[in-house]
Amino acid sequence: MSKTSRKKWDYHDIAQWGPGRHELGATIPVSGTADDYDTGGWRSERPLRDREKCNDCMICFFACPDSSVIVEDGKMATIDLKHCKGCGICAQVCPRDAIELKNEIIARKLEEE
Amino acid sequence: MARKAITGNGAVALALKQVEPDVMSAYPITPQTEIAQNYAQYVADGDVVTEYIPVESEHSAMSAAIGSAAAGARTITATSSQGFALMWEMLFIAASLRLPITMPVVTRALSGPINIHCDHSDSMGGRDCGWIQIYGEDAQEGYDNAIQAFRIAEHMDVRLPVMTMIDGFIISGAIGPLETLADDQVKEFVGDYQAVNPLLDTENPVTVGPFDGLHGWYFEHKVSQNRAMDNAMGVIETVGAEYGKLTGRPYSHFVAHRLEDAEVALVAIGSAAGNAKTVVDQLRRQGQKVGLLKVRTFRPFPARQIAEALAGVQVVGVMDRSDSFGAEGGPLFTELRSALYDSQPRPQMLNFIYGLGGRDIFPGDIEEAVALLERAAAGEAVAQSRHYLNLRED
Repeated sequence: MSKTSRKKWDYHDIAQWGPGRHELGATIPVSGTADDYDTGGWRSERPLRDREKCNDCMICFFACPDSSVIVEDGKMATIDLKHCKGCGICAQVCPRDAIELKNEIIARKLEEE
Repeated sequence: MARKAITGNGAVALALKQVEPDVMSAYPITPQTEIAQNYAQYVADGDVVTEYIPVESEHSAMSAAIGSAAAGARTITATSSQGFALMWEMLFIAASLRLPITMPVVTRALSGPINIHCDHSDSMGGRDCGWIQIYGEDAQEGYDNAIQAFRIAEHMDVRLPVMTMIDGFIISGAIGPLETLADDQVKEFVGDYQAVNPLLDTENPVTVGPFDGLHGWYFEHKVSQNRAMDNAMGVIETVGAEYGKLTGRPYSHFVAHRLEDAEVALVAIGSAAGNAKTVVDQLRRQGQKVGLLKVRTFRPFPARQIAEALAGVQVVGVMDRSDSFGAEGGPLFTELRSALYDSQPRPQMLNFIYGLGGRDIFPGDIEEAVALLERAAAGEAVAQSRHYLNLRED
């Protein structure tokens, strides 16, 4: 689960749990996190970054509401598509117009090619 | 053990003071105001170390109580009527999060027309919100139930919120006798608070109140809530018996009064049970075979035990201090009739609605109800409908 949790919550067989197995009051015995959820599945438009235009200013990193702009060694490395919902804020705030939103289906086809 | 004269509200506030929980969040509303006010005074005077949160509404009172209990604190609030109604959505949250909050409810009519007097429309309307419900007859029972509520709510097999009712004005505002325990006796009886998965345990972070998912475990959680209610049946009896050893006043789910050879019986809840008892005793002196069952625990409802206690009674008259619009009768009646359906022989049942909006109920009204039960027992065809006591008919 979350990196901040000290406990492990073993729920691998939760599909078989009856009323007696769950924590009291539906509490999850680890800290809250969206790490495990594929919230990127909601996305209808995907941000595509033009590496040539981008100068790693990090404005998209600060603006992204889902912390989906991944930074490595001070550089904007990639976008975490498991959590990016395609809201487009990164494209809006980019001072160099280096991010473009593309229809998700088309983007996926481009990726496959 | 000391004896004093005190209002019902004063008695309940005193019980809460002697328990001295960690947090109280409350908003004043007639006729509960005195409880919140007295407790705020205890805090201001330094009599208790409770953190008192003066909130801006009852929705906030219950929300703050939920936050506090989830954080890991022993938490209380108190309310009446419209305040109870304003808490409505949060009452379900408190129960489903399995937070052992306790709350005295001083029962009062719900508007409209605007009315500040006693009936059970508020608490009875909340009978399916997942809280344990315990009704008291007088100030003494209000005090005793408020103390026992902590033990019941916090029991590890239960972990459900508990509301304890006293009747608005009739009990809350009237001065009556009260036998009190010493502070240390109360604290010892209630014991130390044990939190489960508290948010303030930062070494072991937890997530409280998460979304259950589109294909989640809501159903299973609801079933576990109901199993906790089942467990509460036994816990309420155990705690009531233990409290009896301490005080000489044992408690169970209900009180059976002169039911052994009764041909007809009344069932009542709240302060009117006292009036009914007086009437039953008078009629018994005249040789009439009438009994009374006073309900204390309404949620969980002790259906099986009540059916056993009423076995052999030919006609049962259920007294409701609230109505259920469009239903077959008041909330207590429908519960009782369901409980007695499997009884052999099955008794005839009549419903008496009384006391709405504080309408007085006189001994003569209760005698009238008993007379109707006796006529039915003698074979007269009495229609199965709501019978109103002390209603102005035109």
